[in-house]
Amino acid sequence: MDLPLPEILSAGHLYALTGAVLVGLGLYAFITLRHPLRQLLAVNVVGAGIFLILGSLGRGPEATDPLPQALVITGIVVAVALTAFGAAIIVRLAETRAAAKPADDDNARPEP
Amino acid sequence: MSPLDLVVAVPLGFVVAALMLGRAARGLILLAAPLMAGLALWLALLPPDAAFLVGQWDLPLGILLRADGVARLMILATALVIGAVGLHALAEPPEKPGHAAQAETFWPLVYLLWAGANAGFLTTDLFNLYVTLEMVSLAAVALAAMGSLAAALRYFMIALLGSLAYLLGVALIVARYNTVDVTLLAQVAEPDLATLLALGLMTAGLLIKAALFPMHGWLPPAHAAAPAPASALLSAIAVKLGFVILVRLWFEGFADVTGPASLQVMGGLGAGAVLYGSVQAMRQQRLKALVAYSTVAQVGYLFLAFPLVAGAIDPGDAWAGMTLQAVAHMLAKAAMFLAAGLMLKAAAGDRIADLGGLAQAMPLTVTAFGLAAVSLMGLPPSGGFTAKFLLLTAAIEQGAFLYAGVLILGGLLAAVYLFRALSACFAPATTPRAPVTGGFRTAEPLALAGLAIVMGFAGTALVELSAIAAPWDAPAAAPAVTLPEAAP
Repeated sequence: MDLPLPEILSAGHLYALTGAVLVGLGLYAFITLRHPLRQLLAVNVVGAGIFLILGSLGRGPEATDPLPQALVITGIVVAVALTAFGAAIIVRLAETRAAAKPADDDNARPEP
Repeated sequence: MSPLDLVVAVPLGFVVAALMLGRAARGLILLAAPLMAGLALWLALLPPDAAFLVGQWDLPLGILLRADGVARLMILATALVIGAVGLHALAEPPEKPGHAAQAETFWPLVYLLWAGANAGFLTTDLFNLYVTLEMVSLAAVALAAMGSLAAALRYFMIALLGSLAYLLGVALIVARYNTVDVTLLAQVAEPDLATLLALGLMTAGLLIKAALFPMHGWLPPAHAAAPAPASALLSAIAVKLGFVILVRLWFEGFADVTGPASLQVMGGLGAGAVLYGSVQAMRQQRLKALVAYSTVAQVGYLFLAFPLVAGAIDPGDAWAGMTLQAVAHMLAKAAMFLAAGLMLKAAAGDRIADLGGLAQAMPLTVTAFGLAAVSLMGLPPSGGFTAKFLLLTAAIEQGAFLYAGVLILGGLLAAVYLFRALSACFAPATTPRAPVTGGFRTAEPLALAGLAIVMGFAGTALVELSAIAAPWDAPAAAPAVTLPEAAP
């Protein structure tokens, strides 16, 4: 197989292809992993892949198109906010579950 | 100033005010409810081509807010539903025993949901729609977390995946057309691979948000576990935004791209949702789970309408049926969740079998539940009847007898599961019931259910309202953008 590697690289497709691989990896992890924290990280990998695809689109031969870049920045802000929110839910859920069965956890994790 | 940006900016102002006021924020709804109802009414009465470019940036860079018939009806219904639910929550704070701080967090979330939903109904910018989708999801997940954290976390993960699928679709659209405005895409969209892939991704993501069968799994646990006012907002408003964005995509931006086969898939999923949701609702033992599964079924009608709108020679009736179904469900389902919340406070347990004696103890609340049920079943006269009758007529005109059959069967199944809950209320009580009454808390579910019934008498006016600037009315003409007045 001889891929036209130089052409792919020069057209900036490498970023979009890497993004697609990240989306696939993240999706696979989201489906196979059960722990919510790992799922949250998997979703972030998907998000990073999408932002890479979106960002690479604005890359022209001479100038950079600002529209996709602006969208990426907004998207990252939204993703950061949602990740923090999701992590907060996961922590709260873990605390609630630990409080619900203190007898099991007493030895494993002493209360401060 | 124009009501187009005010209906988004004012609730955002209330978010900030509610966060700063803390415990005192509950009183804000007394100001917000009439103010937003007034703004929504002003919006409904604007000239048909009302539009607003945010920050005066021209398309394709700017964000267009546009009040078409769907947006006007949804924003008016949202104002009525959140207003009534908010006034209800004033008398009946949504908190679990021992979690008094919850009532405080409820109010900023309500206003955030309000702003996000209104912005989503108005905007035609696909990326701005992504932001509103996330605003609404954030508020909805947090509202669901007031009931069950586990259900909320599941909802959050699924919703996040749906948003990202949608965002990936938007990225492909940007790459292909270099614009994200639906009105511009309508003129340039072509049925090539990139467009179809993007539309497929966006649709899949939005169907998760709209909880269409078989992507509904997250809805019943999240909606059933939340406090009654939160459930009412989730079922009435949060799932509708995904539906409205899908309408924008399928009938406006990509109307020339979607083929008859894909429309039949949407209709088929909708029909599946009606049947599956109804059967599941019949099997539920707990009252709020029954009402939540009824949402799964009622959302199905919205998508069952997709092939009927696209296949009609004169799509006006099917379009109005689809829109009015969304509005009627908002009013009736909010009323039903509020009534169910009051009934469960008085009942011995949360099972349907525990409802005995309530018809004597709290007749007005049971009446509200019954009136909401009338609209959900589609019995005349009610908003639900008008909507389903319009859809049924369209189905029979097109010879789509399968859809017509599902529409009739869905009504019958709804009657079975809703009468089961109602008849339980009339059973003799095993122990005396202390009714939950006083204040206005019984008035709001009754008012919302009453509005769902009154919709049945305002059919013509509502059909005309839904047709304002509808995409099938003038498909070629771009909307006239009225530039905002210069700021003083």
